Amino acid sequence: MSKKFLSGNEAFAEGIRLARPQVISAYPITPQTIVVERLSEMVEDGSLNAEYVHVESEHSALSCAIGASAAGARAFTATSSQGLLYMAECLYYAAGGRFPIVMMNADRSTALPWNIYGDQRDSLSQLDSGWIQSYAENAQEALDLALMSYKIAEDNRVQTPYMANLDGFVLTHTYETVDIPTREQADKFLPPYETDNCIDFDNPKNMAFSAGPDTNYIFKYKEHKGLLAAAEVISETEKEFADIFGRKYSGLTENYRTDDAEYIIVTLGSIAGLCRETADKLREQGIKAGVVRIRYMRPFPNKEIADVLKNVTAYAVLEKDISFGNEGTVFTNVNSALKKAELNVKGYNFIGGLGGRNISAGDIENIYTSIAKGTESVNFIGIGGEDNGK
Amino acid sequence: MRPYIREKKDFSFSEVPENTSFEAGYLTTVNSGWRSIRPVIKEKCVGCEQCYLYCPDGVISVKDGKAAIDYDFCKGCGICAKICKIGAIEMEAERK
Repeated sequence: MSKKFLSGNEAFAEGIRLARPQVISAYPITPQTIVVERLSEMVEDGSLNAEYVHVESEHSALSCAIGASAAGARAFTATSSQGLLYMAECLYYAAGGRFPIVMMNADRSTALPWNIYGDQRDSLSQLDSGWIQSYAENAQEALDLALMSYKIAEDNRVQTPYMANLDGFVLTHTYETVDIPTREQADKFLPPYETDNCIDFDNPKNMAFSAGPDTNYIFKYKEHKGLLAAAEVISETEKEFADIFGRKYSGLTENYRTDDAEYIIVTLGSIAGLCRETADKLREQGIKAGVVRIRYMRPFPNKEIADVLKNVTAYAVLEKDISFGNEGTVFTNVNSALKKAELNVKGYNFIGGLGGRNISAGDIENIYTSIAKGTESVNFIGIGGEDNGK
Repeated sequence: MRPYIREKKDFSFSEVPENTSFEAGYLTTVNSGWRSIRPVIKEKCVGCEQCYLYCPDGVISVKDGKAAIDYDFCKGCGICAKICKIGAIEMEAERK
């Protein structure tokens, strides 16, 4: 184990180096560029033995990774925002073909208006593409998820591609001290990729074929079950990770001071730290505040959400996302978890941070106080205007 | 080697693979339904194999010194009849 001062992108690249992908295909896009720059340097200096393919677009980047995976290789790519949307067609190919590719996505706003700063509308718009989706909070978690991602994605019960999301700039470009595991530890944790879902000259197969109405439905059901199975595999993988590396993770969600909480903010990504600090401050004033950080949007933590929210007075879902014409998508998912558990808890949606707009500690404190009083169902933090988002 | 035909319907849940990779080297159905005319080899065929070389579907072979057509996969394009230098292949209307 060594310590280095790294940005989120650099930490993720270190994790990928330890995971030994055999093929890396990527097209640079802000704020993802540094992760693929670092990986190209690692390939250049020989510390990572991978085929580094320069492609002409994001659609090609993921297509190339799919081809590599179909040849039996461990494949990596990375993108952000418009790049993710441009490769959208291939997301479904990778998931339906059950190719356990890992992709880092630097969460960034989507055009128009053009903007390079962070929000989560890019990846949340692709929740239905069939990928596992994690949302890291800090650089250490980013590195650890890079290493765990292949083990989860490649598990025979899962066989599903993995999208590791890092908040653009706030996480990709900020620096922290990060523990880097040794090569020996990483190799012990993550064995080489082995699969039957690949080209085999001794035993020719049809691959990535079509399937008509009689069987297509069954393929899709099996794809769904594979993604659901990831929940258990994530938990097993985190236990094994803790045994080897000594860092513990808590599965699909991470709860903070929720045991006796009356008011909880459910959120995801890097803003969770500020939510915890605010909860601490409010606790000193006697307000029982807590935080739930969703670590995985797919598979969705239905049970975990229902368990932690069942006794609260009110909850807020804070997200850097909106599904135009409705509400934030995380809010929709959280509400569905409660409905399925037959719970009727007051919940409110807080949308903020779009296009990189800052969410302050004061904004978060306001969320706690306004859900205690009751507010609009969907709220837009600090939007201004005549109705201030009402 | 020509692929064999394995006409199978009604795959059960467990017969459907987990991922999209499956045994290769077979076809799931014959493919001649859209043919409106069919090539017919006449007596004067000399077995020169020109038609075999030009057939875009690879359905022509030589049997007993003459061209033979696999009607399961012939799509009736007529290239064999056009390429035959001695007019030994005629296209006839398909009657079903």
